Amino acid sequence: MTTNLIDIQNTDVIMITSNMAENHPVGFQWVMKAKEHGAKIIHVDPRFTRTSAAADIHVPLRSGTNIAFFGGLMNYAIQKNLYFKDYVVHYTNASFLIDPAFKTPTDLAGLFTGYDEAKRTYDRSSWKYQLDGEGNPKRDLTLRDPQSVFQLLKRHYSRYTPEMVERVCGIPKAKFEEVAQLFCSTSGPEKTGTVTYALNLTQHTNGVENIRALCMLQLMLGNIGRPGGGIVALRGHANVQGATDLELLYHELPGYLPMPLRDAHPDLKTYLEKETPKGGYWVNRPKFMVSLLKAFYGDGAHAGNEFGYQWLPKRASADAYSHQHIFADMYAGKIKGFLADGQNPAVGGPNAKLARAAMQKLDWLVVVDIFLTETAEVWKAPGSNPKDIQTEVFFVPAAPAAEKDGSLTNTMRLIQWHEAAVKPPGDVQTDAQFFCTLAHRLQKMYAASKKERDKGFLAANFTYGDKPDHPDMVQVLKEINGFATADITDKDGKVLFKKGQAVPSFAALTDDGKTASGCWIYTGVINETPDGKLVNKAAGRKPADANDYLAHGWGFAWPANRRILYNRAAADLQGKPWSERKKLIWWDPAAPGQKPDDKPGKWVGLDVPDFNAFLAPDAKNGDKPFIMRADLVGGFFGPLNDGPFPEHYEPVESPTKNLLSKQQINPVAKIWKIADQRNELAPVGSPDFPYVITTYRLTEHHLSGVMSRYLPMLAELHYAHFAEISHELAKQLGIENGEKVTVSSPRGKVHLTAMVTHRLKPFVIDGKTVHQIGVPWHWGWKGVPELPGSMGDITNDLSATVGDPNVYIQETKAFVCNLKKGVV
Amino acid sequence: MSLSRRDFLKYGGATASGVAVGVGVDLAPVEAAAVSLRIKEAKAFAGVCPYCAVGCGQLIYAKDDKIIDIEGNPDTPHTLGRLCPKGAATIQLSNNPLRPTKALYRAPGSDKWEEKPLAWMYEEIAKRYYDTREKHFVEREKDKDGKDVVVNRLDAIASLGSACIDNEECYLLSKLNRTLGIVYHEHQARV
Repeated sequence: MTTNLIDIQNTDVIMITSNMAENHPVGFQWVMKAKEHGAKIIHVDPRFTRTSAAADIHVPLRSGTNIAFFGGLMNYAIQKNLYFKDYVVHYTNASFLIDPAFKTPTDLAGLFTGYDEAKRTYDRSSWKYQLDGEGNPKRDLTLRDPQSVFQLLKRHYSRYTPEMVERVCGIPKAKFEEVAQLFCSTSGPEKTGTVTYALNLTQHTNGVENIRALCMLQLMLGNIGRPGGGIVALRGHANVQGATDLELLYHELPGYLPMPLRDAHPDLKTYLEKETPKGGYWVNRPKFMVSLLKAFYGDGAHAGNEFGYQWLPKRASADAYSHQHIFADMYAGKIKGFLADGQNPAVGGPNAKLARAAMQKLDWLVVVDIFLTETAEVWKAPGSNPKDIQTEVFFVPAAPAAEKDGSLTNTMRLIQWHEAAVKPPGDVQTDAQFFCTLAHRLQKMYAASKKERDKGFLAANFTYGDKPDHPDMVQVLKEINGFATADITDKDGKVLFKKGQAVPSFAALTDDGKTASGCWIYTGVINETPDGKLVNKAAGRKPADANDYLAHGWGFAWPANRRILYNRAAADLQGKPWSERKKLIWWDPAAPGQKPDDKPGKWVGLDVPDFNAFLAPDAKNGDKPFIMRADLVGGFFGPLNDGPFPEHYEPVESPTKNLLSKQQINPVAKIWKIADQRNELAPVGSPDFPYVITTYRLTEHHLSGVMSRYLPMLAELHYAHFAEISHELAKQLGIENGEKVTVSSPRGKVHLTAMVTHRLKPFVIDGKTVHQIGVPWHWGWKGVPELPGSMGDITNDLSATVGDPNVYIQETKAFVCNLKKGVV
Repeated sequence: MSLSRRDFLKYGGATASGVAVGVGVDLAPVEAAAVSLRIKEAKAFAGVCPYCAVGCGQLIYAKDDKIIDIEGNPDTPHTLGRLCPKGAATIQLSNNPLRPTKALYRAPGSDKWEEKPLAWMYEEIAKRYYDTREKHFVEREKDKDGKDVVVNRLDAIASLGSACIDNEECYLLSKLNRTLGIVYHEHQARV
């Protein structure tokens, strides 16, 4: 999230594309607060939900057509001249000129330049800026050059007319224009608008482009970095943000450092050369990478051995190892052992039937969880005979947050510490205990090894504090934060940081091995005085007050305790707030300056500046807010694998042809071929699977149900697993409310209770009626035994193993199914 | 439904005290009186709700090493003390008879769990990691140009999870997996 939940109250219009009232109910109070202040609420969702009930306008759109809608909004803003011109010209790459060889889907029937049909990938060599003699991008600040990003963008989205939006999304033209006018009213200095998204936008074969389209719309209206603006990314788990920052992800190392690839990154020098841009804050990447290697390998990492870089595993390919790759490769027999820690893929992931069959092929499975999940009992899965399953299963009972010390990072990048209120009962282990104890056992087994490949693991420390089996979490957080590995002195020999002392800021990290840091963006969460007193800022509990509505004393928001990212954009080119109403950070020319020259002038205001606080607006790059990008400006022209501009394609399974081009689906979408017909797909407009299906979540349940189906207080709140069906479709199929129905896809079928409702309505797509149903995905065969409604069939047995070409997320928000009355 | 209200109390050890958003009847005074009696002499600990990512501050009341109540922390600037139905049920993650407190093992082909001592579990799990790593570790392989390069990769073990564990635990798992050579390394954020 670029912004902060509290700041939503400052918005003028909020466009909610998720179901925030039901999935993030406590955060939703800030939307209601904004409404009290006169803000308007737009809800874009195929279903009418409690979010819609609170909204001024509900916009139902057919699942899988978000880019057509956002593209339509951008087209509207451009055609009606409603974009925020000063912001767009100066703070984005709209004025940059693109290589003349670059062509868009307008010219190439739905494709960008460079498509290789055999490989299903793009050669992206023409997707680049024109450079001047000094290597800087050429610009046209009038935005008139036909090769400028702005003109290319304008032409690209000129096809996304209100009429086209109506045909593709099923949103009547008049309603679209009402919404477009309202949201575009947030353009300009006096107003701001914000947007929310969640899995509704990401779980698609163009998931990343969906988010990009939303971000581009916000750039166009000048809404990023300003109070009441930004992107409200609503994460679904307590620590999705933290687990992403600490990189439990195949493609990165903690702190968003790329995981090395065998062919591209043979040694540390090459890695740093290729992955360190010439501009923007990532020029510091070598400091962050070397500090991470020092945190991993300790004294084993030094300048003489590339800081242990060779010990890191090297990926064989960029198209490998993701969640969906795991189960495809496990089913193929490549993976022998598997750790499922606090995750339940027997229910929670796409094509769950495939995931269960794959796990039943393992040699061994370790499950660490609070309850005995369907994953732990995969050998008892319906339709399986335990005798036939040779997988050894080890179940280690785990502790919930209330029984351990540690920190969680919420959806607004806020790191909050929690305390152990009690000791875990019986043999229950904290996850930290499990990892450290396992590591110690393994290190004992490897202790005698003289092999080079084992030296890195043996060099890694897993002991924090005095008790090896009870790691001290503050000490772990200190390693994440970063500390000096040797005395660090200034040029006069004065000690800045003593050996072992935590460093206060990532600006203090070095690339010579004198600092270790497990995740550079978290630096600053721990402070340490020279005499060794630790201050854990994540445990800060100072409430908001009249002078600090963003509550900088409550927890610690990465990076550097900033609450609103890119906040340089809250001021104009000269550093003055765009308007009094929307002020956040501004340049105070009279404020005391920086030593040693003490030249006056500083960025001041209501947040920590996302910027060098002493860089004057008229200094070089003093007017460029997007400091994480090499070109320092917001990107309309982007870096993704499926195109520099988002383009609408139909979901892999769709009831209709793509009306915008001949290219039916994302041409580079990842589609797995899996043996034994375990990933069959329905053709376009399949009469066997005529309905669109979308999956979603409920207030009373949590994700794959591990933290709700076993809790009577929650398990009793839903009578049964159900499918939401419109009255129109129910009538057509003779389905009564409350009776059993069968929902099937080419991958599987489930039996559900019909919930016949007005909350869903059929769509009219290009003149034809298209029905859509909705099914929540929290249920599995386990729950509270006395509450049969807490158990049910697994919705994800219906979904397919297909993915976005950038991050390989699945397409569970839009695919097709059949629906039949009764249990068939 | 065969579960009585008494059974719920047995399950939970206590009823929820957090007031759900949208409750129509104001039960606050009754709740407050009930809570004040129940949490008398209990110690309050700083908690964070483990469900969605709003991160509602909680106050966890414990007495005699048992959690007796969990409620919203009213000082929390981004939540103002509120909890949703899930947050208000947090206590049943701890106090719940369905919760296993012993390590369990299921042998190949078996149709039942067996309780095992923790030390045995760690020893056996470590052996599985060790044996699989020794058998399947790839130290060197050919790159795209056919050159023999060091890759130090372990493809035969995969790791999933978790967005439900703490930052420090995520870091330890990253460190453990990566230093062992594991590349199938993912969690819920991907899906």
